[in-house]
Amino acid sequence: MLHISVQEADFNLQAEYDAMCERNTKDGAVVFFVGRVRDLNEGDDVTTLHLEHYPGMTEKSLTDIAEQAKTRWPLNRIRIIHRVGTLKPADQIVYVAASSPHRDAAFEGAQFMMDYLKTRAPFWKKENTNRGERWVDAKQSDTEKEQRW
Amino acid sequence: MSTFTLKFFAKLREETGQEEMVVSVNDVNQLSQLKPYLIEQHPEWAEAFSVQLMSAVNQTMVTGDTKLNAGDEVALFPPVTGG
Repeated sequence: MLHISVQEADFNLQAEYDAMCERNTKDGAVVFFVGRVRDLNEGDDVTTLHLEHYPGMTEKSLTDIAEQAKTRWPLNRIRIIHRVGTLKPADQIVYVAASSPHRDAAFEGAQFMMDYLKTRAPFWKKENTNRGERWVDAKQSDTEKEQRW
Repeated sequence: MSTFTLKFFAKLREETGQEEMVVSVNDVNQLSQLKPYLIEQHPEWAEAFSVQLMSAVNQTMVTGDTKLNAGDEVALFPPVTGG
């Protein structure tokens, strides 16, 4: 199973986990990651976060990342959900889940997909802070993490 | 058809004031020619294009140079910040 979604609506973790597990007797391991909006970035209070994306390429990019993960690890099910639009602190932004017979592949596959998503999926964040609006800068540390794979 | 579509996103879109434009393959047919061409046509965009940008052709990320053909969808944008 490969489920990719780019959406404004929030996602429900129980429903997502259930989708990873229903009628799944092969996989002994399910790993998932949730990315959330923080209230502080670079020392400034974040009031809202706007996520822009490249419709068409976004889904393609996430699918490609998931398929790369599948060729490298025995992942039977993958679900990736990324929200777009205007979010606020404590909101969920992204969900990445991988399942596998054993845990090493599930952990590594999920980490790989997040590291690649951070540097390759066409989303851009714009923050509203107490000092005004600004586009978030890409981080060198994310590039380094992508390169270790 | 002798043109390709060019899309801008995020800060680059704001700075150029353009979401989408059309470019003739008679003017640009290699990705490496695109930035110089755009700056020549719009000198006021020089600063916007002086930063690191990523490119996609037909919705696939491209590093390095590539040929641009009529009917292509090309996109230029700042380094991505999703997740």
